[in-house]
Amino acid sequence: MRRLRPVLALLAALWLAAPTTSALAAAPRASFNDIEDEVMCVTCNVPLHIAVSAQADEERTEIKRLIAQGLTKQQVLDQLVADLGPRVLGDPPSDGFNVTTWLVPVGAIGGVALLLVLTLPRWRRRSEDDHDGRGPSTDEPSVSPADMRRLDEDLAATEG
Amino acid sequence: MKRSAVPSVALVVAAALVALLVYGVAIKGTDTTLDEAVSKGRRPAAPGATLKLPRLDGTGQTSIADYRGKVLVVNIWASWCGPCEDEAPTLQRAQAKLEADGTGTILGVTNTDIPRKSVAFERKYGFTFPSVRDLDVKLYRALGSTGVPETLVLDAKGRVVALSRGQISDTFLDRAIARAKAST
Repeated sequence: MRRLRPVLALLAALWLAAPTTSALAAAPRASFNDIEDEVMCVTCNVPLHIAVSAQADEERTEIKRLIAQGLTKQQVLDQLVADLGPRVLGDPPSDGFNVTTWLVPVGAIGGVALLLVLTLPRWRRRSEDDHDGRGPSTDEPSVSPADMRRLDEDLAATEG
Repeated sequence: MKRSAVPSVALVVAAALVALLVYGVAIKGTDTTLDEAVSKGRRPAAPGATLKLPRLDGTGQTSIADYRGKVLVVNIWASWCGPCEDEAPTLQRAQAKLEADGTGTILGVTNTDIPRKSVAFERKYGFTFPSVRDLDVKLYRALGSTGVPETLVLDAKGRVVALSRGQISDTFLDRAIARAKAST
């Protein structure tokens, strides 16, 4: 029995450690590159992954420190917002004039969509007319009668 | 929509976007109103004085207006800022004098700084004055700030009597505090 004690102790330790290990395996591991892509260097006002400054390096060190603590990506982002403010996420504030940063793209997409809705049917009709052999609209003569007469005269003179 | 209307609408939209851009650039520019007023000897009220900001030590919120009735030196700083390190002893010397005669205090405002590092900076330089965290840089913008460090000296009525957009010296701070004390 005495010989079995160390083995039993080892098995007990493994059994106790098992849930912790599986829990760690289940939690998504935060990736530094993944987070660096999504945050701003708040002092340089550029995305962190392209920022070159001492402050950017400090921010990178902080992210690595938080990852080393075992925090998930969302927890790291939350901590950065708590420490450095919402600007760290790079989202423009939605107050005052800044609201245009959201409204202008939405308006532009809406405007282009409206333009397409209004003009596409006409383009399609014209395209179908061309395929039917009717050709483009001939409501108005492209050559005036006077020009036509002059053309006929020129052709007759050339042939003559 | 008539065929001829499309270019007109596109032109109007383009003109509106250009106008929006010009307006945006104009209002986002640095506000020098405060600097001009102070340089002309006026004593404008400190902008953003009522903004409540969280204290760095986590003991609630405070604003510039809370210090009305005393001389207040507002100093914007960050632990990553070299000139802030250089002027830190000047600030603490001034704070010791203000504490000794009970006429006022310095209020630090940290700018885009990790709190853990701000606290370490305070300890390193033995700051005995409070600091707040300007997380949304609202006070920074209200004061027309352009960088760190910056210092504003307010009299007991909350009016700006002196300001420095950059590192300060003992001479500047002593004179500014004397002016604030003499201000009625």
